[in-house]
Amino acid sequence: MAGIPHDHYEPKTRFAKWLDSRLPVVGLLYDTLMIPTPKNLNWWWIWGIVLVFALVLQIATGVVLVMHYTPHVDMAFASIEHIMRDVNGGHLIRYVHMNGASLFFLAVYIHIFRGIFYGSYKAPREVTWIIGMLIYVLMMATGFMGYVLPWGQMSFHGTAVITGLFGAIPFIGPDLQTLLLGAGAVGQPALNRFFSLHYLLPFIIAGLVIVHIWAFHTTGNNNPTGVEVRRTSKEDARKDTLPFWPYFVIKDLFALVVILVVFAAIVGFMPNFLGHPDNYIPANPLATPAHIVPEWYYLPFYAILRAFTSDVWVVMLVNWLSFGIIDAKFFGVLAMFGAIIVIALAPWLDTSSVRSGRYRPMFKWWFALLVIDFVVLMWAGAMPAEPPYSIIALIGASYWFAFFFVILPILGIIERPTTPPATIEDDFNAHYGKADGKSVE
Amino acid sequence: MLRKLTLTVATALSLIGSGAIAAGSAHVEDFAFSFEGPFGSFDQMQLQRGLQVYTEICAACHGLKHVAFRTLGDEGGPALPEDQVRAYAEFYEVFDQALADGAGDYRPATPADKFPASALSNAPDLSLMAKARAGFSGPYGTGINQLVRGMGGPEYIASILHGYADPPECAPEDFEGSYNTAFASGGYPDSCKTEEGHHTVPGSWIAMPQPLWGDDVTYADGHSTELEHEAQDVAAFLMWTAEPKMMARKHAGLSAVIFLTIFSVLLYMTNKRLWAPHKHPRKS
Repeated sequence: MAGIPHDHYEPKTRFAKWLDSRLPVVGLLYDTLMIPTPKNLNWWWIWGIVLVFALVLQIATGVVLVMHYTPHVDMAFASIEHIMRDVNGGHLIRYVHMNGASLFFLAVYIHIFRGIFYGSYKAPREVTWIIGMLIYVLMMATGFMGYVLPWGQMSFHGTAVITGLFGAIPFIGPDLQTLLLGAGAVGQPALNRFFSLHYLLPFIIAGLVIVHIWAFHTTGNNNPTGVEVRRTSKEDARKDTLPFWPYFVIKDLFALVVILVVFAAIVGFMPNFLGHPDNYIPANPLATPAHIVPEWYYLPFYAILRAFTSDVWVVMLVNWLSFGIIDAKFFGVLAMFGAIIVIALAPWLDTSSVRSGRYRPMFKWWFALLVIDFVVLMWAGAMPAEPPYSIIALIGASYWFAFFFVILPILGIIERPTTPPATIEDDFNAHYGKADGKSVE
Repeated sequence: MLRKLTLTVATALSLIGSGAIAAGSAHVEDFAFSFEGPFGSFDQMQLQRGLQVYTEICAACHGLKHVAFRTLGDEGGPALPEDQVRAYAEFYEVFDQALADGAGDYRPATPADKFPASALSNAPDLSLMAKARAGFSGPYGTGINQLVRGMGGPEYIASILHGYADPPECAPEDFEGSYNTAFASGGYPDSCKTEEGHHTVPGSWIAMPQPLWGDDVTYADGHSTELEHEAQDVAAFLMWTAEPKMMARKHAGLSAVIFLTIFSVLLYMTNKRLWAPHKHPRKS
C-alpha cells in the first residue's frame, strides 16, 4: 500500500510470526492505528470519529429495537409504544436512536463543510470525497426509511411525498413509484420494503466507511494548511506527523465525549425537540397534515425541491426547451438531487491551485455565505411554501448552484491566494511558538 | 473564519429545532407545570387528581388505549397502591376473546389490561395527545418557546380546556361547534374574516362541547376545583400517559451528563499531557 513512509508492524513472538505469515491481521490493525497523521489537525477534524461512533450507536440501538418492533401497518405504531412503555430501558434506546440520527447528520454536515473549506476534495482525494458523498446519500435514504417505520402521520404522508418525487420522473416515473412502494399507494408492502432496507443499508454504509478510510489512508489526511506531508523519507514524514494512536485517538475521544454531554442532555431532557409532534398520531390515510415537513436534516434539500415552481423563468425555459417533458415538479426533483451531486463534483469544479481555504481571501467569504445559505434553506424548508418563504428558498437554492457552478470555477482564476507555509511542521511550530523547529521524540 | 461561523450555525440550528408551525392564530397560555425543565418532576398528587378528572369526565368519550392500568402504580407516575390499581381497573369492562369458548365476552379489567379505546369515533385517543400537540411553539417554527419556556402539549391541552368562551358577535348564532380561543384548526365562519381572509378573532370552533366548567369533581386532597386547576391537573395526567417514563429518563440523562462531563475533564487532561512534549518542548 502506498502512503506516507512509516514503520510497519514487525511480528516478534513465534506465534505472531506464525499468524502474520498466514493472516496479517495484526499488521493491518497496527498500520491502521499507527497511521502517520498531520500533527496540525485542528478541532474540525474530530467529526470523522463522531460519525463512526454515530454509525455504531445507530446499529447497536437499532438491532435491539428490531427485537420489539412489528412491521405491520396495524401494529407498527403500537409496537413503538410497547417499546416506549413496556420494554426495559426501551424508551431510552428509542430516544437515543431517534436523536442519534440527528447527531449523525449534524456530524456529517460539519464534516462535509470542513472538507469544502479546507479543499479536502481536491486531488488526490477525489475518490475519498465521492465515497463520502455516497455514504451521505445512503444515510439520507436510511434515515428517511427509519422515519417511516413508526407509521405515524408524518411517516405515512412523508412517504407519499418522497416516493411521489420519483413518480415525477417522465415516462418511467409512475412505474418506478409503484416499484418503490410495492403497490399503487403507501401501505403494507412499502412498510415491509422500508423495514428491510432500513436494516440493510447501515451495513452497506459500514462497508463504504471502511473504503472511505482506506482511501484517505492511502493519500494521507488533508490538514488545515492543505500542504502535503513530506514523503521524501521516514525522518521527514515524522517531522510533519504523529501516529494516530494515541495522539489523535485521545484528542478525538475527548471531543466526542464533550459532544456526547450535549447529546445526553438532549436525549434526557428534550428528546422530542428535534422531531415532529404529528408523528405521535397514528397514520391516517384520510387526514393529511396541514404541513408535511421532513426531519430537520433534509430541510435544505426539501427547500430546494420546492423552490423551483412553475412561475420561475428558468423552469419555464427548460419546460419549453424540453417540449414540456421537464415540468416544474420534475425540475424540482432534478434540482434537489442536483444540489447533492454538485457537491460530489466539487473536485472538478474548483480550479484553484491552493487547497486550503485558509489561504484564499475571496473564497473564505463565499464559503461563509454558503454555510449561511445552507442554514437559511433549512429554515425555509420548514416554512409553508408561500411568499416570502418561497422567494427566500429560491434565492437560497440559486446561490447553492451558483457557488458550485460559477463561483468555485471563477475564483480559481481571479483570486490571488496567500502563500501557505512550506511544511506542516512550520505551521505547527508557528502555532505553538517553537523557534528551533526541531522535532522531539 | 470557521470559528466565527460555528456560533452562528449552532445558534441557527438550535432555532430550527422542531419544524412545527402554528396554524392560524390561537392563544396558548404558558402554564407552569412541575415537570418542566431538566429537574422538574411529576407532582404525584396532581397526577392522581388528573386521573380523577379523566375518569369522571374525559373517559365518557375518549380512550387511553396505549396505557396499561398497572402503570398507574408505577413510581414516577400517579403511584397508586396496588389494591387501588386493582380496584380502579375493575371499574372498566374489556372484551376478552378467550372467553365463552373463543366467541369472546366482556369481563372486568385487571391491572394487566389497557384502558379502553375511545367510545366515540370522532373523539381521539388521548394516550399520546400531550406529545402529538406540542407543535405550536413558534415563533416562525423555531421552537424557541419550547426550548426556553418549556411550552408544549400540556400547555396546549390546558389552554383548550380553559379556552372556551362566548362566541364573538361576528359569528352566526347557529355556527357549528363551540368557540375556543386556543383551538386553531377548527371551523371558522367567513363573517369573522377580513376582506383579505385574515381572522379577526383568535381560535376557532371546536367539535367538542365544553367538558370542564369548574367544580366538576370533588378532590379527595381538598385541592381547588376551579376550572384552571382542573384543566392543569388533567393536562399533567395526560403528559404522564404520553411520557410515562419521563422521570426515569431525566434521571438517566442527568447521570449521563454528570458522568460524561467528568470523563471529558479526564480526557482533556490526558490529551493535554500527551501532546505537551510536542507542543511545548524544553521550556527554556
